[in-house]
Amino acid sequence: MNSIRSIRSLSVLRQSFPLARATKILASTSSNSYSSSALSAGKRKLNHPIEFNASSYLSHTPQQCLSSPELSSAVKSTKTKRMNLYSAINDALSTILETDSKSLIFGEDVSFGGVFRCTTTLLDRFGSQRVFNTPLTEQGIMGFAIGLSASGYTALPEIQFADYLFPAFDQLHNEASKWRYRSGGAKGFNSGNLVIRMPCGAVGHGGLYHSQSPEGFFLGMQGVKVVIPRGPAQAKGLLIAAARCGDPVVFMEPKVLYRGAVEEVPVGEYTLPIGKAQVVQEGKDVTLISYGTMLYTCEAAAKAAKEKLGVDVEVIDLRTVHPWDKETVVASVNKTGRCVVVHEASRTGGIGESVGAEVQERCFLRLEAPVTRVTGWDVPMPLVFENLIIPDVARVFDGIKRTIEY
Amino acid sequence: MSRLHINNARLLPLQRRTFTASALARGIRQAPDSDTVRFPGAVESRFTNELTFHRPQDVPAMPTYRYINAEGVVVDNKVQLGIDREKARKMYMDMVTTSVLDLIMFDSQRQGRISFYMVSAGEEGISVGSAAALDPDDVIYSQYREQGALMYRGYTLDEFMNQLFANKHDYGKGRNMPIHYMSERLHLHPISSTLATQIPHAVGAAYAMKLENSSNIVVCYFGEGAASEGDFHAALNIAATRDCPVVFICRNNGYAISTPTLEQYKGDGIASRGMGYGIETIRVDGNDIMAVYAATQAARKIASESQKPVLIEAMSYRVSHHSTSDDSFAYRAKVDVEEWKRRDNPITRFRKWLEVKKWWSTDEETEFRTQVRKDVLKAFAKAEKEKKPPVKDIFTDVFKETTPELLEQQEELRRVLDAYPDEYELGDFEGGRSGT
Repeated sequence: MNSIRSIRSLSVLRQSFPLARATKILASTSSNSYSSSALSAGKRKLNHPIEFNASSYLSHTPQQCLSSPELSSAVKSTKTKRMNLYSAINDALSTILETDSKSLIFGEDVSFGGVFRCTTTLLDRFGSQRVFNTPLTEQGIMGFAIGLSASGYTALPEIQFADYLFPAFDQLHNEASKWRYRSGGAKGFNSGNLVIRMPCGAVGHGGLYHSQSPEGFFLGMQGVKVVIPRGPAQAKGLLIAAARCGDPVVFMEPKVLYRGAVEEVPVGEYTLPIGKAQVVQEGKDVTLISYGTMLYTCEAAAKAAKEKLGVDVEVIDLRTVHPWDKETVVASVNKTGRCVVVHEASRTGGIGESVGAEVQERCFLRLEAPVTRVTGWDVPMPLVFENLIIPDVARVFDGIKRTIEY
Repeated sequence: MSRLHINNARLLPLQRRTFTASALARGIRQAPDSDTVRFPGAVESRFTNELTFHRPQDVPAMPTYRYINAEGVVVDNKVQLGIDREKARKMYMDMVTTSVLDLIMFDSQRQGRISFYMVSAGEEGISVGSAAALDPDDVIYSQYREQGALMYRGYTLDEFMNQLFANKHDYGKGRNMPIHYMSERLHLHPISSTLATQIPHAVGAAYAMKLENSSNIVVCYFGEGAASEGDFHAALNIAATRDCPVVFICRNNGYAISTPTLEQYKGDGIASRGMGYGIETIRVDGNDIMAVYAATQAARKIASESQKPVLIEAMSYRVSHHSTSDDSFAYRAKVDVEEWKRRDNPITRFRKWLEVKKWWSTDEETEFRTQVRKDVLKAFAKAEKEKKPPVKDIFTDVFKETTPELLEQQEELRRVLDAYPDEYELGDFEGGRSGT
């Protein structure tokens, strides 16, 4: 256990180094020494570094932020504040702790603020009974959380990296997901007040165990919802909603966005709907479906497809990846007739398989090309090859092109 | 003071207790001539010049506490248990009822009337004795061989039977295998088949009680085999570090299905581990219901008043097969089992004590056993006749609200049932086809 522990600490240091500064630095790290990148920036036509904060999928002004139709009129009259993803999560956790006196946060190293700063200041504000470190045991954290939840408490455990969820898989799969079902829906016997937060996804240099996107594993886990936000405003609204939705929620936070994504976030309390996808960019020629960090790659690829191919791409952010919103996806594919799914996680067993199968079954007569999947390869995440594994703009562009030209 | 060796190692826990978190906060400084190590991981450990490995075989096995001996005579005259005639008779009768229920249900499984069963023969003293020492509002998390605790708590024969027959009155809506009992009314959390998962749940529930300043505690049962699971380790460690008011009760009955304890662990049972986690621990004779009662009562007091965990290891012998799917004579000699049945038994031992006190008689024994058998068979017949839950219960309770996906799948099942009506027998389910 010691060696793993030290690797985690090392990772924290590395995280804070490249991520501690603004996007510019982050962008530069994606083309520097950690992971392979064949071409110099000058020759590239598609794979430019992703500037998260230039994205139209984030709100850069208070007006943009507050114009969201999903916000209540009460929230629309409030102020906004620029936040990065970890600050928005911290803000959401603070809101949950303030409004729900029976809510608690615990996990490895959350007391001092967490290795990604998501729980910073919470111990001072809410006390060590409600914000505390646990011993280093994922199965213990999950089991303890389930016991609290089944006692009427809102448990907000943190798993330090999604890569380390697996020791807790039995507790999550056999206990949390089945508790309400096996108890016949008894009012007091469920683990619905449970949100498992965990950083996920590639970060440029995370190697095998600080990069994983295990969301595909949850497709076989009935009774648990899985949410992956793409930015600060979404993270806050979805996290507050997750804590109140009455079902166990796995909340996966793309760690590369913790400091990388900054936008205007409503300062007050608000929720966004769990289980609902969002059309982030309307189009008529092809539907591009993704979630989390990959949306920014999709945005760049959609822009390139417009410029180079004249293709009008509709981009959908699933937000909840399990169970995902069939209605929104089907409506879009029935309109465009073409569908491309993009995710970092491996191809086999990924969300793309589920989307592909459902779309061909539900949109068969409207499909004009096979559903195309642009995903990570079916390999673990090796350190130096990361850039050749995660879908980039070129690969997503190519996926759109192949689908259009079919 | 560098003479530390194995003989005074037992003093260390006492010394360690003088160290506090506030001392840690002030910082730990090592005096130049100190004979005590100031490493943060073991702050009161003394230096030694002797290269000595601490050998488990040098530490005597933890003793097994008894209150009455095999003849039913009280051997601990210091502890007054305060068990009156009425309570003692209830404890006895619940042990007998449990054993009668077990016998009938085991046979009924053999006849194919229910799908599965697990008896608790030889372990009735552990479950009934511990439950009798609890407050009715204490929460129970159990494994699956604690029907005596449920019985004492007030789980009715009808409730047992509804679950076993998975009929429409089963709280779990027929979704779980037999013996996976639960009761909100009696604070009995739903049993799941996954071993040891309930141990960290119990710790979380105990932490919840602590936050509410409740005087109630959580009790968690498990077998010695389950204690090999990672969840046992995780749970005891968290319980200790978070000071949770939980009493862990390990039923050490010598076997985990076919695996004898010799292949389960190498240390001094489960009890020796409690000390390693910094948890107060006792080993008791599980065939002595009074010892189990005394230990649980004392453990409950420690957990409730000091807000910390306690471990009880109750020793017994699984005289039955593991379950109806197991023939234990494939891995142990029948003669050994018969010997155990003859030598010691929690029911007969307690009966000797009751009879000495003139709180029970042979006549009462005969009459009671006849009555219990009748009651069990009556509940059995009633539950067996009831319909299964409606077919719609396949889809409910997966989530708080049924998702669009599940509603679609429910519709798909309806379509199949209507298209192929002769392929499915829905008469056993409440409402038949209309119950979908």
